[in-house]
Amino acid sequence: MESENVIEVVHLTKKFGDFTAVDDISFHVRRGEIFGFLGANGAGKTTAMRMLTGLSFPTSGKGTVAGFDIRTQSELIKKHIGYMSQKFALYGDLTVRDNLELFAGIYGVPRKETDARIDNLLGRLSMSHEKNSRVRDLPQGWKQKLAFSVSIIHKPEIVFLDEPTGGVDPAARRQFWELIYEAVDEGITAFVTTHYMDEAEYCDRISMMVDGRIEALDSPGALKEKFGAASIAEVFDILARGAKRTE
Amino acid sequence: MDSIVIHSLKKTYGKGQPPAVDIRGDLCISKGELFGIIGPDGAGKTTLFRMLATLVSPDSGTAVLEGYDVMADYRKIRTILGYMPGRFSLYSDLSVRENLEFFASVFGKDLESNYGLIENIYCRLKPFERRKAGKLSGGMKQKLALCCSLIHSPSILFLDEPTTGVDPSSRRELWENLAQLKASGMTIVVSTAYMDEACRCDRVGMMKSGRFLTVDSPERIISGFDRRLVSVKSDEMFRLLHDLRGIGDVDRCYTFGETHHLTLKPGSRMTVREIGSVLAGKYGHKGVSVAETDATLEDCYMNLEEKL
Amino acid sequence: MKEFFAFVKKEFLHIFRDTRTLLVLIGLPTVLIVLFGFAISTEIRNVNVGLFSADADDSVERLMRKIDQSEYFTYVGRFNTEEDVDEAMRRGVIDAAVMFGSGFSSALYSPEGAEVFIAADATNPNNASMEIMYLSGIIAEYFKDDISAIHAAGPQDGSVTASGMLQPNLHMLYNPQLKSSYNFVPGIMGLILMLICSLMTSVSIVREKESGSMEVLLVSPIRPINIVLAKMIPYFVIACVVLVNILLLTIFVLKVPIAGSFFWMILVSVIYIILSLGIGMLVSSLVRTQIIATLICGMIFLVPVMMFSGMLYPIESMPVALQWFAQIIPAKWFIEAIRKIMIEGVPVRYVTVEILIMTAMAVAVFTAAVIKFKDKLD
Repeated sequence: MESENVIEVVHLTKKFGDFTAVDDISFHVRRGEIFGFLGANGAGKTTAMRMLTGLSFPTSGKGTVAGFDIRTQSELIKKHIGYMSQKFALYGDLTVRDNLELFAGIYGVPRKETDARIDNLLGRLSMSHEKNSRVRDLPQGWKQKLAFSVSIIHKPEIVFLDEPTGGVDPAARRQFWELIYEAVDEGITAFVTTHYMDEAEYCDRISMMVDGRIEALDSPGALKEKFGAASIAEVFDILARGAKRTE
Repeated sequence: MDSIVIHSLKKTYGKGQPPAVDIRGDLCISKGELFGIIGPDGAGKTTLFRMLATLVSPDSGTAVLEGYDVMADYRKIRTILGYMPGRFSLYSDLSVRENLEFFASVFGKDLESNYGLIENIYCRLKPFERRKAGKLSGGMKQKLALCCSLIHSPSILFLDEPTTGVDPSSRRELWENLAQLKASGMTIVVSTAYMDEACRCDRVGMMKSGRFLTVDSPERIISGFDRRLVSVKSDEMFRLLHDLRGIGDVDRCYTFGETHHLTLKPGSRMTVREIGSVLAGKYGHKGVSVAETDATLEDCYMNLEEKL
Repeated sequence: MKEFFAFVKKEFLHIFRDTRTLLVLIGLPTVLIVLFGFAISTEIRNVNVGLFSADADDSVERLMRKIDQSEYFTYVGRFNTEEDVDEAMRRGVIDAAVMFGSGFSSALYSPEGAEVFIAADATNPNNASMEIMYLSGIIAEYFKDDISAIHAAGPQDGSVTASGMLQPNLHMLYNPQLKSSYNFVPGIMGLILMLICSLMTSVSIVREKESGSMEVLLVSPIRPINIVLAKMIPYFVIACVVLVNILLLTIFVLKVPIAGSFFWMILVSVIYIILSLGIGMLVSSLVRTQIIATLICGMIFLVPVMMFSGMLYPIESMPVALQWFAQIIPAKWFIEAIRKIMIEGVPVRYVTVEILIMTAMAVAVFTAAVIKFKDKLD
């Protein structure tokens, strides 16, 4: 049965020794929404995301991603999600086409579909003429757009984006977000972390993580109303001020 | 009094490549000024920093910092300059305090006599003095890096994208620190991808393809915005973006937080009400709200960026 | 000066924080020496030797007792016919046999010389040739003593011919106990010291370039050359510790005495350490990434050390081109010099060439490194 929630998490906790990185979080992400996962550095976002993507085993609590159990079916989860991080994008010494073929292979895109999907993808990014350029020679903005397209080449149900636009100028960031919109329009769910509060406004719903817990979760509009704030940045400040954890 | 004077700097890496930096004419940054540099990746910001920090020799042109020439007097400059490169990550296997002590002694200073300048920043790090720098969070690392670049009380401070990957609260703290340093008379040049940060600068230089497109105070850049700017909202934001681009009078349309901003083509007489009715009528949008709005620095960037 | 020592302190901190690498640096030579020592001491042991002699001869019996006394061989007994020898070897009763023709003793003192056959079970060719070599060594020595003992005016000390390959062996000449463990010690010293000094130094300098801290250090009043010199001091100290460690192991575990001058051996080692540090510095000024630094040091400096150290192949048996190439390998000169001082125990004047060549190389490498070292990024 296909659930309307692509991510469901109940009482998820991760401890490292005495330190509780993620402290009893429960939330769900609806199919087809852009879910913003916000929080200060060290609030536990990365740890939570690792559990959701099947890279880390929760200490307690349970959850499903794309209908699969994060405790027992992490291999299946990996087949149904896409992942893109600002830190690792693509192999700079390979050409655009090499990278696309590689990742299509890794994600198990059927052989006979690969060429068509790659051409389609490059066409959409208007990058067909750069097919044989090495990735490292491309401008940063293009690289990131390409990396995102690669992360959804296998048409995953959900794509995790970890600070995808860090250090990118306003114009390039906007082009990037239009790609996210497009993907979501096609039915992919986007799970995004960002430090840009204007980007938080693009999300359907956002969660704010403080000291390992989710302190607020709602649509940007509702959050602003609830905290009497003019912008999400203000909401963030109000919540972050309550943080005990300094790291 | 000018702290930094740039005379037509040019630097090209490798034959056949376009110049990384190609600044024509003079640019002066006065003492105690907080100067921001914004621009897309590859605009030449880092190369410019490296030339001013005497790490890279310009092909032609020159720059003078506090009266010292970047080529002839580079040793002098290195004693008065604080520099925090973009990917500076400190020594992750050394503790917070060991890092700081090391950088103090590199500059021939001891920690105690120069503690005053960094006290405000360092007080947040003090509880973690013995922790390895590699175990600090992004915001904390940047604070420590800033302390290390300030430990010798430089008269000029260069920061290359200090807030990338840093959360909003830590970013604000860092800028509060910079404001204090500026107040003490330090000349600060900082590059950033955040327009709200650029707004805190005395002057901002917008850089692209190695050149400054414009250099002015944020207020003057904003007041120089000569287009009609409209902010639009509806229940279907993504479709709205495409639909707005389909309207003939719309020059440029881009997302802007919870709304979309659009500029109208020069000479367009389309009113806000007309835009609203086109959206509600022809395109069937619901919950449409359209209003003229004042430009921000980000709008200026978006429209300036388009020009090249 | 204070700045300089701050750097040295920082480098020591880096090294001691990275316990694993430190353990490898100290542990590797220990393991290598113990392993090689062990492998070599068991390479031939308890070899059963038979005797076939046409005449009953006292001299021959005494020889067999002498062979029996050696730690490698056990004298099994005398066989009456060559067929018996053959049979015993096939059944594995003996591994080797010494065979004398009739009239051996008288022929020994004749101008034509006498003949002795050594046969070995060549199922394991390495062992066989080793056995033959050792046996012929003992025999040659025995008859040499024998001849000098009776002051015979015989023209030769029983010219020895073997049924297998019998080649003159310098190593034997200087190694009367037939312990080949000597040979690999200088090789290991050359390898480990080069590893610590060139590879570790260059990687640690290049790491600063990669992490971006070099940019900050360059934009500081400290003379960039001091940054590099400060990097060398801790590795110099570690190299010295390792050197002492190897020597102690050699003397006390392998029980190999230092034949020549201890002072000169240390001096030669220090020259080599400085030369290797210079190589590390030169490499670090030419490359930008740790991987490249590792590859260059590994392929250009470490692999040849293995090849030309004599640990694997004797240099003399290499093709001429390779022999020429060996001349530019710093470790070759070091190993040669150490071998001469430590094992042959020759006076220092015989290693003047090696010392001069290494000193010249050190000066050249440091000059190149200083010229190549940039206090800018481009």
